[in-house]
Amino acid sequence: MNNAAYFPGCSLKAEAGDYERSAAAVMEVLGQPLEELERWTCCGTVYSLTDDDLMHQLASVRNLIRAQECGADEIVTLCSMCFNTLKRSKVFIEQDSARLETVNAFMDEEQDYEGGVEVFHLLEILRDQVGFESIEGKVTRPLSGLRVAPYYGCTLLRPREIGIDEPDTPTILQDFIRALWATPVEFAFQAECCGTYQIVDSPEMVLEKSHRILNSAMRAGADVLVTSCPLCMHNLRLCYEELRSSLPEKRELSIIYLTQLAAIAFEVETGELPTSMAKLVEGLPTSMELVP
Amino acid sequence: MNTSSENTIRIYVMGSAYEVPRGLTIMSAMEHAGWRFTRGAGCRSGFCGACSTVYRQEGDYRLRFVLACQTEAEDGMYLVQLPFTPAPRVSYTLAELNPDENVLLQHYPEIARCVSCNTCTKACPQDIEVMDYIQAALRGDIAQTASLSFDCIQCGLCSMRCPADIKHYHMAQMARRIYGRYMSPVTAHLEERIAEIEKGVYEEEVEALVKMTRSELEEIYAARVVE
Ligand code: SF4
Ligand code: SF4
Ligand code: FES
Repeated sequence: MNNAAYFPGCSLKAEAGDYERSAAAVMEVLGQPLEELERWTCCGTVYSLTDDDLMHQLASVRNLIRAQECGADEIVTLCSMCFNTLKRSKVFIEQDSARLETVNAFMDEEQDYEGGVEVFHLLEILRDQVGFESIEGKVTRPLSGLRVAPYYGCTLLRPREIGIDEPDTPTILQDFIRALWATPVEFAFQAECCGTYQIVDSPEMVLEKSHRILNSAMRAGADVLVTSCPLCMHNLRLCYEELRSSLPEKRELSIIYLTQLAAIAFEVETGELPTSMAKLVEGLPTSMELVP
Repeated sequence: MNTSSENTIRIYVMGSAYEVPRGLTIMSAMEHAGWRFTRGAGCRSGFCGACSTVYRQEGDYRLRFVLACQTEAEDGMYLVQLPFTPAPRVSYTLAELNPDENVLLQHYPEIARCVSCNTCTKACPQDIEVMDYIQAALRGDIAQTASLSFDCIQCGLCSMRCPADIKHYHMAQMARRIYGRYMSPVTAHLEERIAEIEKGVYEEEVEALVKMTRSELEEIYAARVVE
């Protein structure tokens, strides 16, 4: 990685210890350990769509300044939502020097933001800086036969200007899954929104959306679904708990973070997996069995 | 307009001008000018937070925030006291709380409205990184919230200024209480001493102290062994 600062975000710290631990372990194996940005603040959570409202850009820009302060030229996030907010804010504020000037004048207690700090999602780092071949090279326990649904959601891909892949036909997660020797299982709703933070006000709507996503993945024959977002995880797991009693016996779907999948393939211990996933891992051929 | 003489300065309280001696705190200067504090003064030592003061200096557009009992009055200060901030405080029973990452957010959900403007930090007379403790609370870091807010004197200035209407200090106090109850390390010697006190080991000694005259007390105080 270039000189990168890792931005965890609030939901990740509060709810997704398993994501953070596995990401840290995986990046350690890949020789590019994550270094947490000092004094980071919330990303702003939801990108403000009013184009004259600079107040709601402050949170993101302050984080870009924190990166600048420590000499980092990029910020790496794990959470798709933080990625989306930080990157859109960065683009918005750098597009127009008048905006940047106003924001800098307002934050007169900080050094000026000069522009130019890049924002990446970890998946992009894995694809463009680490490379999927190097990832494959670190696999000690190939996930042969594991059927994994790549769930993108929306914030990684949309809007197109900031998305990490083609919004309608993304391949990055499939390629990642293949690098771990698992089988990607594409499904119709892989880039559908899970309902995000609407879970607070309209849980029914979110459960309906998440239901459709899970159904579609299971119908396509997936055993595992990977996500890159703590918020998607929250909604999908909640929905899965509801759905579970109506599933035929033995029909399970393990919902995990993409870095947990890699940690399994690298055989690094990163703490608890969902029971169904632990069972699947037991069923995998061990590295010894694969030695000719 | 420079109004100061060698020994006096001019300050403005609630819009009226007063000549007061140089070198006084804002609180003493106001009293010198004839104001009597029935609210807005407590400890007079910078601990209670009752004397929150907002002022603007002639020729400057900014508002500044200080404690009246701790800050020297300067020429050209336009002063206003804010003895009280009507901030809601949530009730909870400390012993029955679940001290997890979401506990602060559940009790004070408005902290999620923070836009990171840092106005609260600029208002804090204690130089606390107020925004940083709100941010720590948002991500469920109770220990960090408690430690960053440790010097808070509950003056309320941050909450008067916050565009998101967050009431910082009650939330931070809750974090410190949770930290004290659930997270700070248990010290064995303290537990032992409490058990001794409960058993009455020191009762005789205390009774003897209570009966002593002032000069006897002074004598044993002077002769005490300092570790
Ligand atoms: S944090 Fe707020 S209430 Fe506490 S001392 Fe600072 S301004 Fe006053
Ligand atoms: S003043 Fe309010 S909105 Fe601004 S940083 Fe402080 S808590 Fe957040
Ligand atoms: S009177 Fe108590 S802090 Fe000023």
